Amino acid sequence: MDWGQLWTIASAPDNVPIVALLFLVPFFTWMGFKQARANDRLAEKLEADPAMAKTHHRKTWPWKPHWSKEVHVWPFLLRVEFLATIIVTVLLFVWSITLNAPLEEPSNPNLTMNPSKAPWYFLGLQEMLVYFDPWIAGVVMPTLIIIGLMAFPYLDSNPLGVGYYTWKQRKVAVGAFCWGFVMWISLIVIGTFIRGPGWVWFWPGTTWDHNAAVYEVNRDLPVLLGIKTQPWQAVFGLVVVGAFYVAAGLLIHLLITWSKFEKKIFERTTMLQYLVFQFFAISILLSMPVKLLIRQVFRIKYVLLTPWFNI
Amino acid sequence: MESDKPVKTESKAAGGELEAAGSGVKSNIKEEMALLKKKAAKENIREELENLKDPARTQIYKSIFRVKHEPTPRSRSLGVLTNVFLHLHPAKINRDATRFSYTWGMGGITFYLFIVLTFTGILLMFYYHPSKGQAYRDILYLESDVPFGKLLRNMHRWAAHLMVITTWLHMFRVVLTGSYKTPREFNWCVGVLLLVLTLLLSFTGYLLPDDQLGFWAVTVGTNMARGTPGLGHEGPFGPQLGMTPYNDVRFALLGGSIVDANALLRSYIWHCIAIPTIASVLMAVHFWRVRKDGGISGPAPIALTSEMKGPGARAVKQSVK
Ligand code: HEM
Repeated sequence: MDWGQLWTIASAPDNVPIVALLFLVPFFTWMGFKQARANDRLAEKLEADPAMAKTHHRKTWPWKPHWSKEVHVWPFLLRVEFLATIIVTVLLFVWSITLNAPLEEPSNPNLTMNPSKAPWYFLGLQEMLVYFDPWIAGVVMPTLIIIGLMAFPYLDSNPLGVGYYTWKQRKVAVGAFCWGFVMWISLIVIGTFIRGPGWVWFWPGTTWDHNAAVYEVNRDLPVLLGIKTQPWQAVFGLVVVGAFYVAAGLLIHLLITWSKFEKKIFERTTMLQYLVFQFFAISILLSMPVKLLIRQVFRIKYVLLTPWFNI
Repeated sequence: MESDKPVKTESKAAGGELEAAGSGVKSNIKEEMALLKKKAAKENIREELENLKDPARTQIYKSIFRVKHEPTPRSRSLGVLTNVFLHLHPAKINRDATRFSYTWGMGGITFYLFIVLTFTGILLMFYYHPSKGQAYRDILYLESDVPFGKLLRNMHRWAAHLMVITTWLHMFRVVLTGSYKTPREFNWCVGVLLLVLTLLLSFTGYLLPDDQLGFWAVTVGTNMARGTPGLGHEGPFGPQLGMTPYNDVRFALLGGSIVDANALLRSYIWHCIAIPTIASVLMAVHFWRVRKDGGISGPAPIALTSEMKGPGARAVKQSVK
């Protein structure tokens, strides 16, 4: 174990946000899901007891009938906001006094930084470069992610769960988002802690060896299977990608119609909503991990070869 | 002759007036002195000082704040509604909405960080020249010579990182509470744009110190643009459409085929002017819409699965509207 190497990475001032993220995301996930569980329990209790459902105030927080449902912004919200700004300000001062923003040598196009990494919030995209060509990782994927995020509210046909934490009533939407969020953060963590010089995979705790020579096996699926001439490589690739979309679509269909409740939601979904959801779920949420597996485990670079682009 | 007389009388009259005025001024001053003496009396001064102790009763205070600061519902509401900064808020909100556990305060903290970044950013601009060679020296100067320059730079840097994190967490909270659902779909989209702008702000700022870190990060980042389908010279169908390193999207982003002086200037303008302006406008829309969509979504009473209306209900409702 090379703890020194790990410490060098984790304590680099620019990596502090990622270390913070490693604590903040689990913390807030816990905080959200704790409330979701409490709400789900309450929902269960009320489903079982219609009489109680009629009179209950339907929150897990205490409430008494003579309490007003609203409070004045001044002072009840403003004091919280004021406190928050003070805490954030103090935090920023402490952080800025203890850690210095990095400043390297003056820029020099003739001296390549190794590893040369994007800022941490874009490391997910840079890590994707290993699995996809730049036009997918750097252009198509970000575009799909942005459009997919914007489309998200219009694809969710579940009317329940507005304004409270819940898991049981919104498994599909919450699950899909969390899956993507975790994937994004995992790619960042890989890019920060695992990728070393030459973008070589170094397990945390191993030393970054600047001379590490990696025998990169770049195999292409069609070639592996003996398809070596052009129109057939493209045709084969299209068939494989098509088959992936069909299989992934079936899997997702199974997941989103798993229970009786989910079937009910499915009934409310229009064809357009369903197809668009499938498209984004397959293209972003599934293709990424699948390509990662193909690349890391089977060492296959491309499945679809055409004269203009490869996937 | 005839014309002399009246003139004489006039001047005489004027003299008389002056005399009268003179004696009038004298008596006025006397009166005023008496008044001042009266005002200088101990009890009067004490009363005035007593009044000053309660600033809310001074004319200055009233001219600024207009409403009394009292723990009455009326004054509390007006305190929010008559203040241009506070009137982003409604006068009253859901009693549980002030709980940290619901919103995690993340939207508000993100906005506060944006303000901090604007403030520290403007201060940094006083010392920074967006030109090759000078830019790096300006950073060194900030770090070593400018009073609190190092603190200023660090704060701008860390607040930017923090803002990316809080924006993500804010989005996460919005998903977990189902707050993007009708009628807030559009505001979610505005939010997504704000997220993109936040990332772009951070990214364009990265190049500005003009050091190895920023230079290579931006080189790696913009190299991806080479692959843009149809618009990059290494992208699918790019070469077929006549793209070369000297006319594709990457060239447009950098103002050249390599990351150099033009790229620095473009980064600077995007970072300091264009993106902050667009982001401010979108934030205004975002906050406006939070209000117009009925305030924040919750904490709302939970709905039960058994109360869900049939699949046709939505279509019917929409057709009725
Ligand atoms: C610069 C970034 C942003 C700022 C300053 C900001 C600010 C805020 C604030 C102050 C609120 C009020 C409630 C709260 O604090 O949670 C809010 C609500 C909201 N934000 Fe943002 N936001 C930003 C980015 C985003 C993003 C990235 C999204 C989603 C993709 C988003 C979606 C929403 C939605 C849907 C609401 C309504 C929430 C509700 O009704 O509970 N915002 N935003």
